[in-house]
Amino acid sequence: MRPPPDVWAALRSSPWRLLASSWPWRALAYLASSALIGLVVAFLLFVLVGVGLLTLVLLVGVLVLAGIPLLAAFVADMERVRLRLVLPEARPAPAEPPEPIAWNDRLRALRRLRISGPEVGYTVLVGTVLWVVDAVAINLIITIPGVLVLAPVLVRLDAPVAFGPWQLTTPTEAWIAVVPGLVLLIAGLYAATLLAAAQASLARLLLEPAQTRMAAAVAELRRSRVDLVDAFETERSRIERDLHDGAQQRLVALTMTLGLAELEVPEGNGLDLVRQAHAQAETALAELRATVRGIHPRVLVDHGLTAAVRELADASGIPVSVDLRVERRLPAPVEAAAYFLVAEALTNAVRHAGARSARVEGHVTGDRLEVGVRDDGAGGAAVRPGGGLAGLATRLAALDGHLEVTSPPGGPTEVRMTCPTTLP
Amino acid sequence: MPDHAPLRIVLAEDAALLREGLLAILERAGHEVIAAVGDADALLAFTDHTRPDVVITDIRMPPTHTDEGLRAAAELRRRHPDLAVLVLSAYVADAYLAELLDTTGGGGVGYLLKDRVGHVRDFLDSLDRVAGGETVVDPQVVRGLLNRHQPDGPLDVLSEREREVLGLMAEGRTNGSIATTLFVSEAAVRKHVGNIFAKLRLDPTTDRRVSAVLAYLREA
Repeated sequence: MRPPPDVWAALRSSPWRLLASSWPWRALAYLASSALIGLVVAFLLFVLVGVGLLTLVLLVGVLVLAGIPLLAAFVADMERVRLRLVLPEARPAPAEPPEPIAWNDRLRALRRLRISGPEVGYTVLVGTVLWVVDAVAINLIITIPGVLVLAPVLVRLDAPVAFGPWQLTTPTEAWIAVVPGLVLLIAGLYAATLLAAAQASLARLLLEPAQTRMAAAVAELRRSRVDLVDAFETERSRIERDLHDGAQQRLVALTMTLGLAELEVPEGNGLDLVRQAHAQAETALAELRATVRGIHPRVLVDHGLTAAVRELADASGIPVSVDLRVERRLPAPVEAAAYFLVAEALTNAVRHAGARSARVEGHVTGDRLEVGVRDDGAGGAAVRPGGGLAGLATRLAALDGHLEVTSPPGGPTEVRMTCPTTLP
Repeated sequence: MPDHAPLRIVLAEDAALLREGLLAILERAGHEVIAAVGDADALLAFTDHTRPDVVITDIRMPPTHTDEGLRAAAELRRRHPDLAVLVLSAYVADAYLAELLDTTGGGGVGYLLKDRVGHVRDFLDSLDRVAGGETVVDPQVVRGLLNRHQPDGPLDVLSEREREVLGLMAEGRTNGSIATTLFVSEAAVRKHVGNIFAKLRLDPTTDRRVSAVLAYLREA
């Protein structure tokens, strides 16, 4: 079982998983560093505000007070890094945040100093409330359960342990205290994790520019779209396997039996019927094969795009020349998109455009796959909502690819796609 | 009522249903199936041990369900050059065909789609031809290859009619049968075949008919 991907997921999972993961310790580290940083910030704020206000009459105070946003920028930069401790990105931060202003640049350009409300607010929060809360929380979480758990040792060392009205003096009492100690320790780790998660989330909300959050959301959406395409592909492949191992095999067996029957049954009506049944079984098999080819062709899985497109070309009713320079295997969704593009284009060429021949071309340049199908038919193809080409366009868009259809009335029709060979 | 010599056959097919069907057809034709097995290892073992006339094998078999049967066939042709091998495939894949034809061995070799087996007489006929040392390729595969035109290939020097004749040769037809199909005299077919040999510059000391077909199939 994989450890939970972030602190919130860890909190939602079972206690064992939480405790076995690194999250409680990361949370403690976050809180501890928070308390320390907050202490320093509190001191600096106190100095800046105090000295600034005192010297305000001398105008120097303005400059001193201007140090607050600077301090805030510094704290914010640090926090953006630090909050990864408990809220790591699923991937490295998507692109860099738009034009980050290095704090030493701000120092040099005091006149153009931009005061960021959220940054100052967060800094004040850290320097006043948060560090106190964190320091107290850490103390409570570590010391109380710590002392209880260590009570047997402390008692043996003759250090009396006292909790309000309770005194632990004998080893038996000390051992009994270990149980609530452990319970409190677990509860404490939970509380620490929760506190750190809440605090880091607040910091992220205040400090991460909206664009960065949007970029992360977009990246996530794209990823989930590809996952969806992938899931469809997996499902199609499962259906194909079921059909291949099931119905298709039974039909082949049936044609064999009927073929044998033809040899046994004497000439006459009976034989005619058997022959008819044989032909029907073969039609059923051919139709099933065509369906399977439209779902998820086996040859594509086994031999890749070039072999599968060759088979398509062979099965198509018109002469199709194939010039595909795709030597290596590509990710399954990419291969499938290209394959179904060729399938759709060839079907349209025969069925709607009355083409007499077609040509399939394709190659991989760098990390882009380009495939084009050109026919000599009547043209007039278009991407219509709900149509086969529209489905292809959607499929390609999910892969960051692109579909292009040129089909003037009178032809020729050309359908082209480009698509990255790596998944988004 | 077998109108041919009974053959000793080792059969490999992992789907029990199809194995039974093939078995019934072969036995109905009077052939002796020495062993019917479900994977490539058993095929190799039984063939080495029993020295059959013909091996019939499915391409995809356990454990990986990719091309075990094909690799076993190639290995068997290497070990027993006189062995005839008939390979059954669920679908057309040139990669299989090229691999199969590139294997060494003097015995006949065949590549048929599984659907063909239902046409019992044709299937048994193909089997006899493979056992007789011929190269037999499924008509549907050949049709597909004919459908495809490869510019600048070595076969580009052939005329349309010669390509047609070559295609029929690739199906394993005799000159007489080709003549009937194309509605021409057998002498005309012989002339075309001679032209094909000359244009493809085939070495007269080898079986040029086979070489021509191989050239044809490899290009396609």
